[in-house]
Amino acid sequence: MSDLLRASAIGTGRVRLDGPDKVRGLAPYAYEHPVEHPLHLFPLCSTIALGRVTAIDATAALALDGVVHVITHENALRLADTEDGELAILQDDRIGFRGQYLGAVLAETPEAARQAADLVEVTAEGAPHDAVFRPDHPAVREPEGGGDDIDTGDFEAAIAAAEIVVDQRYSTPLEHNNPMEPHTTIARWDGEQLTLWTSTQGVHPARQTLAPMLGIDPEQLRIISPHVGGGFGSKGLPHADMMLTALAAHAVPGRAVKHAVTRQHMFALTGYRPATSQRFRIGARADGTITAFGLEAVSSSSHTKEFPEVAIKPSRQMYAGEHRRITQRVLPLDVAVPSWMRAPGEAPGMVGLEIMMDELAEACGLDPIELRVRNEPEHDPDTGKPFNRRRLIDCLHEGATRFGWADRDPRPRARREGGWLIGTGVASATYPASRQPGSKARIRHEAGVYEVGIGAADLGTGTWTALTQVSADALEVDPDRIALRIGDTALPNATVAGSSTGLASWSAAVLAAADAFRREHGTAPADGVEAIGEAAENPAEKQFAMHSYGAQFAQVRVQEETGEIRLDRMLGVFSVGRIINPRTARSQLLGGMTMGVGMALHEKGELDPRFGHVVNHDLAEYHVPVNADIRSLEAHWLDEEDPQAGPLGARGIGEIGTVGAAAAIANAVHHATGVRARDLPVFGSDLLAR
Amino acid sequence: MGHPVHLIIDGQPHDLTVDPRTTLLDALRDHLGNMSPKKGCDHGQCGACTVLVDGRRLNSCLLLAVSLDGAEVLTSDGLAPDGEPSVLHTAFLEQDAFQCGYCTPGQICSATGVLREAADGHPSVVTEDHGHDHPIELTEDEIRERMSGNLCRCGAYVNIVAAVRQAAGASTASEGTAR
Repeated sequence: MSDLLRASAIGTGRVRLDGPDKVRGLAPYAYEHPVEHPLHLFPLCSTIALGRVTAIDATAALALDGVVHVITHENALRLADTEDGELAILQDDRIGFRGQYLGAVLAETPEAARQAADLVEVTAEGAPHDAVFRPDHPAVREPEGGGDDIDTGDFEAAIAAAEIVVDQRYSTPLEHNNPMEPHTTIARWDGEQLTLWTSTQGVHPARQTLAPMLGIDPEQLRIISPHVGGGFGSKGLPHADMMLTALAAHAVPGRAVKHAVTRQHMFALTGYRPATSQRFRIGARADGTITAFGLEAVSSSSHTKEFPEVAIKPSRQMYAGEHRRITQRVLPLDVAVPSWMRAPGEAPGMVGLEIMMDELAEACGLDPIELRVRNEPEHDPDTGKPFNRRRLIDCLHEGATRFGWADRDPRPRARREGGWLIGTGVASATYPASRQPGSKARIRHEAGVYEVGIGAADLGTGTWTALTQVSADALEVDPDRIALRIGDTALPNATVAGSSTGLASWSAAVLAAADAFRREHGTAPADGVEAIGEAAENPAEKQFAMHSYGAQFAQVRVQEETGEIRLDRMLGVFSVGRIINPRTARSQLLGGMTMGVGMALHEKGELDPRFGHVVNHDLAEYHVPVNADIRSLEAHWLDEEDPQAGPLGARGIGEIGTVGAAAAIANAVHHATGVRARDLPVFGSDLLAR
Repeated sequence: MGHPVHLIIDGQPHDLTVDPRTTLLDALRDHLGNMSPKKGCDHGQCGACTVLVDGRRLNSCLLLAVSLDGAEVLTSDGLAPDGEPSVLHTAFLEQDAFQCGYCTPGQICSATGVLREAADGHPSVVTEDHGHDHPIELTEDEIRERMSGNLCRCGAYVNIVAAVRQAAGASTASEGTAR
């Protein structure tokens, strides 16, 4: 446990420092960095799900005015490392999913590039493919990294002896991150030096992945990404679009190549949340105490590169239950490569777990909050470690008070107003609280201003503002005297803005640098002096099970005749440690909850088994919440600090807002209608004529 | 395949030669380097490219530049002449009505249109009183409905509604003073 950093700028709701530029549209996103005479890239993509390319004829395309080059597997740079199936593109003739990059056209204008791409004749030989996810598929197996199964006590005996049993299967669909800024890269090779202006949640992690594949030293690759137009995980790992642009630019040395992925292509090429199936077998005593905890989770994945959605993650630690059997399996298919999407594991895992808890509460005749109180574990059931500051029950009680839960009639389908059935629901939220070691910050003093440099990212998370506040308090100066620089590999190494670890990890580096700076240069430093500090591991993570918790409450109304579902109001209470900037923190939590509304009621990638691709691949057909879908939405937090999280006292807040939100809404739909929805999203049609 | 077109962008006249397939959005971004309007979908589905064309809010990705000869186009940057933020700019900052900021210039152009449309008495689907000659009060429901063509994946909607309300209150107040 460490002494907390004294808060002065921390805790104040400063307006975003990047805000004035962003509201006018002046902050440069990836596409918007000025480069001389760029070429425009339009990709060639596979139209079959499995097979090989037999011929590519680019004659007509190359004859078109303004077309400069067509890159394919026949002429692309050979990569030094092809282990990563997603990124090792244009290396051979194999096709692993529909939409895969097979090449690209480079032209002087975007219009010519697109027209020419249509003129390239790609001939391919197809093979029978398998694209449909089902949990009983014979190819279901342990993930490559191991199943990490839990089998403690005697699960089968415990469930056989249980007074109450809930045995149900829940599912979540393909979900697509869809940040508003499409994945975009400008690439330019100047001799052996490659520069990428791109949109990424981690310039250094992207460089560590790409440079060895391209056969260059990390120092030969500079990645610049000061502003990121949303990511939600899809910009956490570099995807094939970044590689395609780098390879294409290699063919035209000295010229910048611009590639903004189209919204349609994003559905196949920039990651998505794979589908999950979660079968819970829960045994409990009549008083609600869980004695047997069983979960078999299966996730879809891709043969091209494995990524399992580990839906068992939250079930490992959320609730008590002596006899446990928990397994995670994966089904690789001939489909696009899935990846991180906001709260991977927790977001879908808490759909199954928290709807199941609602069913168990009903079966036991208990209030769902009381059921959770009765199953609060004394220590982490997974590791046996004590929890850091587990305040789930505080969140539930605080939320219940604010939401007005006490007046609730527990009977389903009991409240009607003018043709609308009204119901309320609750669910828990959780997300790990970790900090990544290895980030470095450099502090340099010049004329009373402290330049703080670190390759961190701001994808709407408020880093420009919050890290400035942290830097000010670390150096004990006014925030106006901090000049923060982020989003560039020319700055010291930063770990990824992912897993809700960004601000905590980068702040640890800034605190170490501030320490070193004051130690070396005192409080009246000369001009030009600097110091570097590195984030260490958080020793508390060895001793404690570190998690954040929250409670989500929702009220819906369902039109009795049509099944139309409207979300009336939603309220979340979170225990996340110290809040650095309440203005931006509230926005981030509300935004997470809003994405949870999408999970509950809107979002579903519809896969066509005949072609193995998502057919509703645009924003008109893949629905995300719009303004009119969101009415009353409140995010609150417990007033607290967590010294075990380090001197900052803060845990990450990027993901927990999404977790549990969908289950709270699904539980409210059940309370309103009496219909139990176990497969998300819930559509009005699911509630009719049963 | 060049076609001449004259456009007034954020108050400045421009003569350009464009491919007939070039959208207004691409003309702004690729030809003039005006990156204020954003490209989110290129299909009129997200609203990030919203600009004001002769005072009306429109998706610039759905307009062909050659068809707009002589038009006056305002981007969110143009709504802040000489860098002076508009009431909406200030409201968006104070209400934290964005996170990543990519949809924001489009939201602000759209909200500028909303304020004008409501003042001119244009009804929306949630307007109960469909009188045409008097201004329509921008309730939260009205704002939510009228702003639903502008997607925000960061989920800043409640703050966007608060910002538009703040701006609507401010512009009503200033009109009152002016009279």
